[in-house]
Amino acid sequence: MIAELGHFALAMALAIGVLLTLVPLIGAQRGNVLWMSLARPAARAQFLFVALAFAALAHAFINNDFSLAYVAQNSNSALPLAYRISALWGAHEGSLLLWVLLLSAWSCAVSFGSRGLPLAFSARVLAVMGAISVGFLLFMLATSNPFLRQLPPPSDGADLNPLLQDFGLVVHPPMLYTGYVGFSVAFAFAIAGLIGGHLDSAWARWARPWTLLAWTFLTLGIALGSWWAYYELGWGGWWFWDPVENASFMPWLLGTALIHSLAATEKRDVFKSWTVLLAIGAFGLSLLGTFLVRSGVLTSVHAFASDPARGVFILVFLVLVIGGALALYAWRGTSMQSGASYALTSRESFLLANSVLLTVSCATVLLGTLYPLVLDALGLGKISVGPPYFNAVFVPLMAPLVVLLGLGQHARWKQDRFAELCRGLRLPLLGTLVLLATAVATLSEARSPRAVFGLALAFWVLASSVGGVLRRCRARSAPWAAFMHLPAAYLGQHLAHIGFAVTIIGVTLVSLDTVDVHSRAAPGDSVTAGDYVFTFAAATPIEGPNYDGTAARFEVTRDGEHVTTLSAEKRNYHVRGMPMTEAGIAPGLRRDLYVSLGEPLDEKTWSVRVSVKPFVRWLWLGALLMAAGGAVAMCDPRFRRLATRLAARAATGGAVTG
Amino acid sequence: MRYALPLVLFAALVGFLYVGLHRDPRLVPSPLIGKPAPDFALGTLATPDTAVKRADLLGKPYLLNVWASWCAQCREEHPLLLDLQRTGQVTLVGLNYHDELGAARAWLTERGDPYGLTLFDPEGRLGLDLGVYGVPETFLVDATGTIRYKHVGPLTNDVLARELLPLLAQLAPRQP
Repeated sequence: MIAELGHFALAMALAIGVLLTLVPLIGAQRGNVLWMSLARPAARAQFLFVALAFAALAHAFINNDFSLAYVAQNSNSALPLAYRISALWGAHEGSLLLWVLLLSAWSCAVSFGSRGLPLAFSARVLAVMGAISVGFLLFMLATSNPFLRQLPPPSDGADLNPLLQDFGLVVHPPMLYTGYVGFSVAFAFAIAGLIGGHLDSAWARWARPWTLLAWTFLTLGIALGSWWAYYELGWGGWWFWDPVENASFMPWLLGTALIHSLAATEKRDVFKSWTVLLAIGAFGLSLLGTFLVRSGVLTSVHAFASDPARGVFILVFLVLVIGGALALYAWRGTSMQSGASYALTSRESFLLANSVLLTVSCATVLLGTLYPLVLDALGLGKISVGPPYFNAVFVPLMAPLVVLLGLGQHARWKQDRFAELCRGLRLPLLGTLVLLATAVATLSEARSPRAVFGLALAFWVLASSVGGVLRRCRARSAPWAAFMHLPAAYLGQHLAHIGFAVTIIGVTLVSLDTVDVHSRAAPGDSVTAGDYVFTFAAATPIEGPNYDGTAARFEVTRDGEHVTTLSAEKRNYHVRGMPMTEAGIAPGLRRDLYVSLGEPLDEKTWSVRVSVKPFVRWLWLGALLMAAGGAVAMCDPRFRRLATRLAARAATGGAVTG
Repeated sequence: MRYALPLVLFAALVGFLYVGLHRDPRLVPSPLIGKPAPDFALGTLATPDTAVKRADLLGKPYLLNVWASWCAQCREEHPLLLDLQRTGQVTLVGLNYHDELGAARAWLTERGDPYGLTLFDPEGRLGLDLGVYGVPETFLVDATGTIRYKHVGPLTNDVLARELLPLLAQLAPRQP
């Protein structure tokens, strides 16, 4: 009964979505205040109904209602409660419901956070988001309904894929989707602006905090995914350039370009059409990612069970949403004239260059992801694309990006004298050299030419960020008070850049200096990796709620002194009969120690992999700092103040109307 | 006009996606089926400096499995290959593709080595001749050195039971 209610709630949400799309849009066109005013309550009502459907499905999972085919396929009565709940989004149908829930949650949030905006504008924004929700709700009800009954019900479920029985599934998809879907807000702002014909700096100011929030979630989501792959998949890798990882990384790259471009549009009234294009692109790539994962056009470790009918549906939807947006852009583009000019040596130039570099690197990732498909479609030769391609094209694009980042932070808006810019760079350059010398002197990992190069880039970003803050505060009479009163957006910018530097340090050192030893070992044997000796102490049988297996205890010593004890497990999950590896990891800022069990070779001997991974934590620490930077910048009260002031001016017949 | 450019690019992308939708990425017909396997002389993982030639492998059918240590799906496929090797139904020859010697060797030590020998192809020369499009791929080569079957993507028990093993059984009577 509750499942039927959930099904009904989805249908209601669809009906409200149709209203939410049509009525405010027509109202805004005709200037009908009543019709436009429908947008906010409709967005909230839609969220309520989708949340109801979500709760109904969660109820079925918690109570093991295996008469629902989706629950029976993805859960089991022996599954612990936390995984029964997260199993909800462990497969196609449920993850789609999560997508729609988050989309309507964003709409609902916009309905509350848009009170300072002109009515016609906010009505259009919500209508565009409503249109997207209609597409996804139709998709769900037509091809992927999680509420379908299966009678008679099986006595027990087929269990959740053991790979997914992990804390990672609890947090990674919700976070990632929140980011993905969040770009729909920037997209809706861009479309509303194009329809209304007013894309000015006020538009950018409204869109900025929303875009920053979505970007923050996406950053966290990607970092969590990378961390999950690292510890759970037993591979010790943190990035594989898998098509699905790329699908989340591409919107991130364009989203990063977007938040920078928005800042320039807001402050200087430049790059308007470029910013709009980035907003369309970032959300377009989110949709494309959804298409790639669910249509079966590419093979991937992450791919959901695919179905061509679903593929056709998403492709048509993609054409309508992105094709429509780009057609609107082509039609309205000429009305977007940039108001301000800027010199070659100016912050605008550096921002534009970085924006282009980010877009190009996004294009190379897109190319690498789709290349096999494109060549095949053309009937040309065939090529394999893997990490060799991505590392070869992506890294060289990041290096100039990093150099320009440091320069851009010091350049003035509009125009800067080259000589003055150089003078301002003396301090950061000095800082870079000092940091680099210290690193080379103290870290044995930092001595290869490639490591020095990577670290130099990271320290350049670090020094130019810290140097920028120092310079700004020192110029005031009371530096400490000046620091306390720095605008949040400014602090957030530097925090995120410092985070980026920390990630570069992690990527560089863990990529170049990981020590990996693969060996066979029986209890009593020792394996040496770098300075560390891993002694296989004992293997004991273990029994979990829905699996059994073997736990291997390793004692780690360095120079004869005990460092830590690690436990690696090999599990066999009963229902699916799948073996899983749980790595034993001792995390540390300086290095991670990592042990995983491979295949049993005979009665007592196992193939064993031990690794020492220097600075691997810095990868995710940097991502956390970037996300924190995004969150801090978003909270800048200036966005709200200016939005209110502009809205007041608009209400009294000023320049800004929807 | 320049504002319409993104739309044109997007239309092209959609065209490719639409065609891609009607193709199974795991079932790429190879023009090489029924043709002799391309000639090669490559070192192996065990002895990188001593070349193994195409002619050295003639005389009985073998499965040529293309893999790399960076390939996520090869990990998925690997247990099946180990099982297949234990049944002794067919010789497995590995083709290590665009990889590093150390990483490839370590990969086999860790997971077990199902291959009688593994050709080492760091520049992907044989891979290119074979039209390898995504790793893993598997070719069935008969005793005369002719390619009889190709599978793109990880092998599954289903593919093995329904396609590969019956084909192998057909090839068997020709064995002395």
